[in-house]
Amino acid sequence: MIARWAKRLFFLAVALTLAMPIAVVAGVSVNERKTLTFPPHGFSLGWYGQIFADPGWRNALIASVAIAVASSALAVLIAFPLAWFNWRRDAWIGRVLQGLGLAPFILPPVITALGFLSFWATAGLYGQAWTAAVSHAIFLVTLPLVTLTLGFSSIDRQIVEAAETMGADERTVVRTVILPLVLPYIVSGYAFSFVLSLNEYIVAYMVVGFTVETVPIKIFNALRYGYTPTMAAVTVLFTATAAVVFALIGMFGDLPRLLGAWAGRD
Amino acid sequence: MKREKPRSAADYLPVAFPAAMLAVFFGVPFGIMVAISFFRRVQGGFYEPDFVLANYGRFLSVFFGSVLGFSLELAALVAVICVAIGTPFTYLLTRMPRRWQIGWLVGLLAILALSEVIIGFAWSTLLSRTAGITNLLAAVGLVREAWSLSPSFGAVLTGMVYQAFPYTVLVLFAPVSRLDPSIVEAARTLGASPVRAFFNLVIPTLRNAILATIILVFVFALGSYLLPQLLGRPQHWTLSVLITDQAIYQSNLPFAAAMAVFLVLISLSLVGLATLLARREAT
Amino acid sequence: MQPEVPVLTGLTLEALTKRFGPVTAVDRVDLNVAHGTLVCLLGPSGCGKTTLLRMIAGLEEPTSGRILLDGTDITSLPAHRRDFGMVFQSLGLFPHLDVGENIAYPLRIRGQSRAAQNERVRQLLELVHLPGYADRPISKLSGGQRQRVAIARALALSPRLFLLDEPLSALDAKLREAMQVELTQLQRRLGITTIVVTHDQREAMTMADLVVIMGNGKVRQIGPPVEIYRRPADAFVASFIGTTNLIPARADGAQGAAVPGGRIPGLLLSQTSATLSVRPEDIALTDPESAPIRGEVTFVRDLGATIEVFINCEGTEIIAVEPPRERREIRPGARVGIAITPERCVVLPP
Repeated sequence: MIARWAKRLFFLAVALTLAMPIAVVAGVSVNERKTLTFPPHGFSLGWYGQIFADPGWRNALIASVAIAVASSALAVLIAFPLAWFNWRRDAWIGRVLQGLGLAPFILPPVITALGFLSFWATAGLYGQAWTAAVSHAIFLVTLPLVTLTLGFSSIDRQIVEAAETMGADERTVVRTVILPLVLPYIVSGYAFSFVLSLNEYIVAYMVVGFTVETVPIKIFNALRYGYTPTMAAVTVLFTATAAVVFALIGMFGDLPRLLGAWAGRD
Repeated sequence: MKREKPRSAADYLPVAFPAAMLAVFFGVPFGIMVAISFFRRVQGGFYEPDFVLANYGRFLSVFFGSVLGFSLELAALVAVICVAIGTPFTYLLTRMPRRWQIGWLVGLLAILALSEVIIGFAWSTLLSRTAGITNLLAAVGLVREAWSLSPSFGAVLTGMVYQAFPYTVLVLFAPVSRLDPSIVEAARTLGASPVRAFFNLVIPTLRNAILATIILVFVFALGSYLLPQLLGRPQHWTLSVLITDQAIYQSNLPFAAAMAVFLVLISLSLVGLATLLARREAT
Repeated sequence: MQPEVPVLTGLTLEALTKRFGPVTAVDRVDLNVAHGTLVCLLGPSGCGKTTLLRMIAGLEEPTSGRILLDGTDITSLPAHRRDFGMVFQSLGLFPHLDVGENIAYPLRIRGQSRAAQNERVRQLLELVHLPGYADRPISKLSGGQRQRVAIARALALSPRLFLLDEPLSALDAKLREAMQVELTQLQRRLGITTIVVTHDQREAMTMADLVVIMGNGKVRQIGPPVEIYRRPADAFVASFIGTTNLIPARADGAQGAAVPGGRIPGLLLSQTSATLSVRPEDIALTDPESAPIRGEVTFVRDLGATIEVFINCEGTEIIAVEPPRERREIRPGARVGIAITPERCVVLPP
């Protein structure tokens, strides 16, 4: 009896601690005046409108979304053929590339960010917006790689062989059997990568921080140079987006299984 | 379609694009960074191609030593706290009905996705004088007036534990969910209370997984580049903060690169160790 | 063994071999399957039967040997060009398609019109007794129903060869027996050349026109089921099909053959020693005083329809099976007599 209540208390405490900072930020975001106070004085949703009205924030939002859309697509484009190759073939180069694909995510992000900084600076391309998309794609390629590796491994090879005995050559098999079965994993890989790219700071900062402001960069600059509740509003917006995306994956996909594989990669 | 060895050059075709992308955009940047770590720093924020060990030599300074020592201690503390709370948490989580599990996982993932900027901002708000907990306590009359809880070591520690906790749970999730529930049930029928069964049976069974998780969270915590800055004072800066600082504000890329190489070596060997432990657990 | 006659029609395997590293899974198999027959590849697990089937299907490349269909060498033809239909052990149904789409798959990828696909699907569903199931999702089907969908799908293009790999192993006993009969009837109706892999000898006895017994990658015996039962070629086959008693025997001159516990009068061996295979139902129990073989009962198993009696004859265990109307009061420990007629013995090498 006591054990059950202790357990509930424990989980409640964790839930509160996890939610508290976001809750406070949400409270701050509806403050009527441009000050950092909680509980809020007055109530105004105006700061949420500012995200779209203020050109600085709007451009940052567009930049963040554009980079997220592009980098996630590129990440999936890199991860898919690699995951396919490792499922279809037994070759050492596949294993090496798999390791390379998992590396950027396992290492402290500063290192990857610094690596990209050195690279783009040396190539003379420092500061151009598309370099952020490429950098994010490589940094986040681990995510679709893991989900796709899981997806491929869940294909019953006898299904593929059955298709072969029915007259499907390799290309037809990929098109009619493998792609439909692997599609959910492509989607979840893209979604994970998208959410993380949206929120990513250090790589974006080091690579294009002085020329392009993404939302996290703008929040950081605002922290240093001038507080505005719009920061809080956009924080709530991004957190909510992440929660919605993951909730969708949770509803339509098999989240525990995806995460079982994710941790197993380590 | 069996998993066969590639036989012709055409069989390698699928892997051409990923190989090129990873080689050019991961391998090369890495190589350049290693090279830069040996370059000579020139005043004014540039560096000259050279081969000097001066950058690595700065490791031997007291300053660097103290930053390194602090970083390692802080990361270790974060790892231990996270795993201490996270292990019973994850264990209980995996025994929950599926819907609750998914709900919690969604929440944890959402927090994991947050950038360090946002976490730093949120916690600095929570610990501030005007908008934080103490303000709330003052408003309800528990204390006389609010005060700021940051910057401080406690603030940094709290922020980093907050950041690493979802990661800890996710890493533990797989091995813990693979635990055979009949072990604990057998213990219960033999008279052990759930708490005792947890400490006497579950923890020893998960020993390797727990160790591997501590190591991985350690590496994760080493990667915090903003929280020590936002929530702490300069004496609380960690290696990652120093790297960022040297690279951007001090424009000393070679030194930053040298420290980064050092950090890579530590991280890779630790991750390798954790992988070995995890493999032994699985067999 | 079948005599090596140059036959051009049907499926012919010539010295077909498959090695996986140091392990020889299939060892120089020669076989001819005439059109329209149902052949069972039978043997214990690991004997190479599935590997052999997969080579016929084109899913496994032979290390050496040839596969010929009506005289044409198809050994190097890839699986998707072989015009065979195959049912896999796990059935291999596409989870992302419903019943009709699964069955229509081979037609769809060949570009057949929707109308043609639908008509063929309807025909096939009738054939396997699942009319109107076209729109059902696979997940909503029972084991037996999935089985039939897999069969319908394999037959969609009226293939020349119908291959089945332990198709009924996932079904429970009653359903399996019913499906055995159904499959046999289906095959007779269509007249399609069929090869079934199974480890269940009852299945082989029920379905096959021809049984190929395999052990350790080699073909041990080929023949109709009853012949294999009555005249096993060696001890391996004898003990694999049904239960049998393997009794060591020595030639005893004109007296017949000497066996543990006595003699079999009239059985003249061409060699000094041999192993006799005698089916339990051919062992007659008689009065111990006058019987040619004597032993002691160790165990009695009354199964209702039959009674099994385990007898110890000088260290060799002999099992006799009696119908219940002959039920005598035989108890463990009793002395009992055995009579074996020479015609009921299959003489095998020692």
